[in-house]
Amino acid sequence: MNTVFKKTPVLTDTIMHYCPGCGHGIVHRLVAEVIEELGIQDRTIGFVPVGCAVFGYKYFNIDCVEAAHGRAPAAATGCKRVNPNNIVFTYQGDGDLASIGAAEIVHAAHRGEKITTIFINNAIYGMTGGQMAPTTLVGQKTTTSPYGRDPEHCGKPIRIAEMIATIEGAAYVERVSVDSTPNIRKAKAAIKKAFQCQIDRKGFALVEVLSSCPTNWGKSPSEAMDWIKSDMIPYYPLGVKKDITNE
Amino acid sequence: MAKKLMKGCEAIAESAIQAGCRFFFGYPITPQNDIPEYMSARLPKVEGGCFLQAESEVAAINMVYGAAAAGARVMTSSSSPGVSLKQEGISYIAGAELPCVVCNMMRGGPGLGSIQPSQGDYFQATKGGGHGDYHLIVLAPSSVQEAVDLMHNAFDLADIYRTPVMLLADGIIGQMMEPVEFHEHEKRELPEKPWAVTGYDPKGDRKRAIVNSLYIEVDELQEMNDRLQARYKQIQEKEVMVEKYRTCGAEVIVCAYGTVARICKSAIALCEEKGVKVGLVRPITIWPFPEKELQEVMAQDSVKRELTVEISAGQMHEDVRLAINGTKPTDFYGKPGSYTPTAEEIAEYILKTREA
Repeated sequence: MNTVFKKTPVLTDTIMHYCPGCGHGIVHRLVAEVIEELGIQDRTIGFVPVGCAVFGYKYFNIDCVEAAHGRAPAAATGCKRVNPNNIVFTYQGDGDLASIGAAEIVHAAHRGEKITTIFINNAIYGMTGGQMAPTTLVGQKTTTSPYGRDPEHCGKPIRIAEMIATIEGAAYVERVSVDSTPNIRKAKAAIKKAFQCQIDRKGFALVEVLSSCPTNWGKSPSEAMDWIKSDMIPYYPLGVKKDITNE
Repeated sequence: MAKKLMKGCEAIAESAIQAGCRFFFGYPITPQNDIPEYMSARLPKVEGGCFLQAESEVAAINMVYGAAAAGARVMTSSSSPGVSLKQEGISYIAGAELPCVVCNMMRGGPGLGSIQPSQGDYFQATKGGGHGDYHLIVLAPSSVQEAVDLMHNAFDLADIYRTPVMLLADGIIGQMMEPVEFHEHEKRELPEKPWAVTGYDPKGDRKRAIVNSLYIEVDELQEMNDRLQARYKQIQEKEVMVEKYRTCGAEVIVCAYGTVARICKSAIALCEEKGVKVGLVRPITIWPFPEKELQEVMAQDSVKRELTVEISAGQMHEDVRLAINGTKPTDFYGKPGSYTPTAEEIAEYILKTREA
């Protein structure tokens, strides 16, 4: 029989706990496929966050560390410094990376830490039940912005990819989206490049992935994908923000 | 090896390296800056060594977490306010059952406090410090030489029991210079680290390594806590260290640790001149606390009372009272903050309360 598709062995057979229509499942698969294609499964260490991806260590079939909320870049730094030949990545959400872990991500980039960060931006806190994130859009209703995010009260959403791109130590920064098949393909290419950047010891790499949270957005899975396109992408433009990997 | 005159902090750093520490992550705070400074000069010259100045104490302890997860001998140091910031990470390290060494050169508090010595972090160090039911092994040196020697114990104990170990010293130990000798230490049998994240080979013998403190099911969390508590019991049975000084036939027993214990020895000499026999019980491990040892000393017929002396409002005194458990009178002398009592003051207090 001709095999046309096979699940990557870098994902375990554990059933994922993610909601229907959530982007995490897609991004997990992309990361795992990239690890398989680059042939680095036996030397890759994953640092998973506090947030919806907290159980990432159950799904990635590699050595994993569960880090404290926001601290994955610091913990990954410790690991990478001990074994520089390991490929070390962090997988973090927007509460984890853009809020409580803002210092850790900025300084990992600032040091040019040779790690890769996959940053899931779904404009909300998922695991805790839909509270406002730094990335929540203006006017977006959440359980802690029930009247919609008011920029006078709590500012405008933070653009992480653009911010990290201003830092000298960052070698590669791109924003992608998983709202459509063409964009998912581009997302995979970006993730692959971010891991390659580390393999080539070029510096810090971050891929921001615009992702869906139908449950906490109060939308169906397909409405959620549409909302990424209609509302998120205009504020969070896709594309390469910095790339010095060829220098 | 000849004795060398060294500042406490630098001697501690050198001893850590000699004990096999190859990774140090820290953040500046007085009075322990000489530790990261020494490490920054020495570690890059040692094979496989790495010093990194973190952006915060929070980041530093999480770098320690990641390095320990990778199987390294790793250390951080700080002083009271900085150690407060590390508590989240220390709790995670305890929960994930990782070995590491944390040095706290205590300064006065609460808040920003002072930069002078203190013993105000006893509760934080011995009762857990962060969230959850856990303990650190806490070693409390009373001289620079003892701090140097204890660094070897610290790293071995961390590896054997897969637990964070704290070297808890008052700022005096860190800042004063004393002659020290670095010598070979008896090697304890150390366990392998098959749990370390070094890369998983699906075709290999080792199972996938997961470093984690999350156990979402009640039964699984219970299992982890039972494992920790069983380990703490073992530590309490096997690893207590204590110095008993002139306790035989003493009328008064003084209980003190760190630099204060040395001042108490001078006070004991002053009391002896007045014909009063005073002994000292000095915990070297303040967790596990030398409960039995103190009880034995207190059980002597000659002993009439106990006096705890600390640069605190009487934090260790709570453990002393628990140990003595009302069998004999106990008293406390000391002040919170950074006021270090003199030998004369302590002796005067002992003689005065004896007459009362």
